[in-house]
Amino acid sequence: MSDMTDETVMTDDVSFEGAEEIIDPYALSYETTEGTVYTVSGGDWDTIEAPDEGQKERIVVNMGPQHPSTHGVLRLILELEGETVTETRCGIGYLHTGIEKNMEFRTWTQGVTFATRMDYLTPFYNEAAYCLGVEKLLDITDEIPERATVIRVLMMELNRISSHLVALATGGMELGALTAMTFGFRERELILDIFEMVTGLRMNSAYIRPGGVAQDITDDQVQRIRETLPLLKKRMKDTSDLLVDNAIWMGRTVGIGYLDLAGCMALGVTGPILRSTGLPHDLRKAQPYCGYENYEFEVATADTCDVYGRFLIRIQEMHESMKIVEQALDRLQPGPVMIEDKRVGWPARLSIGSDGQGNSPEHIKEIMTESMEALIHHFKLVTEGFSVPAGQVYAAVESPRGELGVHLVSDGGTRPYRAHFRDPSFNNLQSTAAMCDGSMVSDVVAAVASIDPVMGGVDR
Amino acid sequence: MEKVVVYRGEITFFVRREHLVAFVAALRDEPALRFEMCMGVNGVHYPGDVGRELHAVYPFQSITHNRRLRVEVTCPDADPHIPSITKVYPANDWHERETYDFFGIIFDGHPSLTRIEMPDDWPGHPQRKDYPLGGIPVEYKGAEVPPPDQRRSYT
Repeated sequence: MSDMTDETVMTDDVSFEGAEEIIDPYALSYETTEGTVYTVSGGDWDTIEAPDEGQKERIVVNMGPQHPSTHGVLRLILELEGETVTETRCGIGYLHTGIEKNMEFRTWTQGVTFATRMDYLTPFYNEAAYCLGVEKLLDITDEIPERATVIRVLMMELNRISSHLVALATGGMELGALTAMTFGFRERELILDIFEMVTGLRMNSAYIRPGGVAQDITDDQVQRIRETLPLLKKRMKDTSDLLVDNAIWMGRTVGIGYLDLAGCMALGVTGPILRSTGLPHDLRKAQPYCGYENYEFEVATADTCDVYGRFLIRIQEMHESMKIVEQALDRLQPGPVMIEDKRVGWPARLSIGSDGQGNSPEHIKEIMTESMEALIHHFKLVTEGFSVPAGQVYAAVESPRGELGVHLVSDGGTRPYRAHFRDPSFNNLQSTAAMCDGSMVSDVVAAVASIDPVMGGVDR
Repeated sequence: MEKVVVYRGEITFFVRREHLVAFVAALRDEPALRFEMCMGVNGVHYPGDVGRELHAVYPFQSITHNRRLRVEVTCPDADPHIPSITKVYPANDWHERETYDFFGIIFDGHPSLTRIEMPDDWPGHPQRKDYPLGGIPVEYKGAEVPPPDQRRSYT
């Protein structure tokens, strides 16, 4: 072997013309007009030369999109000076799925299936906002059956609890409180079980439809929801006992992620972040929809403008939602859950069958053996859909993250001409820079956790 | 102002683009109006509306007076420029970037009008009506289901 070494071609010396002009972003370093840029990936810091005399050193760190503490596929581009963040930018778009474009190619009813998948932690709010918009366009808001509206409120408020539980769970995990994570997801499971029992699906249930809800809720199910609530309440107390007034938790959250009322107004921030400045703005109170004016509950506020205040608001909102859930259960009166108007209302009165799917044996019997007209009507409504008068509306609901608005444009056809969602996460994420500039890297994690963005909603 | 439309209890003001910034500044600052929050901007593409193909729709909300209104601005496809209102409502920063990304409306005066949802080098503006949805046919139990934009439409 030794005699071969002299003849072995040294590949390191091989070079070709123009090689130095190719910029490989994964290469160790390359020259720019601003100086040498080094790309490091950890463990190789000592290979970088110190900057020349008089040259400034800038460190830009990419946090995400695959970082466990950035709440999904959020990419944070942080410019650092030691441990201090001097500039924050957010990179989004990693979960863009073209939901709004897709909706333009489906019927108005099928749009629910897309809307529910946007902010995947609050599917019922997405569905409700969309359906309220469609109903406004159809001018049938007052004709929605009472029972359907109560069921909507019931599901939305249960959904608020489950969403806030995830906010606390992931927020806790990101700050190192792993027990909060296990508690939060354990409690959320109780609510997801209710969703599965009522709608057939734990998430993305497409349950709220234009005109009402997809299927009725049985007395047996109501009883089981009632039996779950005491356990849920008891366990929610565990989470709040763990973190409220906890010295470590407060050390990480008090005074962090400060954003005052003027900042919230300028940046269009809504939801718990706005309420943490002391302004009790809640669309359920300010512009009630779905009969929220008939329920008794308080709007939770804090005046600290910080992460801890938002955390306390979420805890309190879960208890308020629990009150609304109990009131909604008491209000459930027998009746239809879909609008009577045959041109809009889904023809079948579905109930969950043994296979977990929505079924209606009576309806199948009618259309298949008794009435040809009913079959034609069913076929037309399900495949073609209903026409919606031309025009545009904006409908908004108070989702757990803030104002979820939907702007719907119809050209009079059976498909949306344009559907746009003003997702609160998308808007609130703009406040990251205002909250984080000048803080420590660890506080960025706390601030982003308190914004509680869901990238499915941000990118849609 | 071009016209005012009231539909389903919502009021829409159609404003000429050259007056947009002054108009929204008055919306924000007049004590009787006080529309503190702009809830973003949304584009709508009407290829048939010659000379005003691109519409930008701004929903506003006043928390003081608990009111809402909507402002609509149009621009032709050949000259897709609308002044940015981020100086008055900083909240519209990302919303205008999104509308630029999806519709190609250029918001003059925006601090950094770049794509936000699509990759930086993406060709075209996906939400425009002349941009295809795309998709592939799917086989299901021997039959072929065409992609969504090639299925039978009833409108």
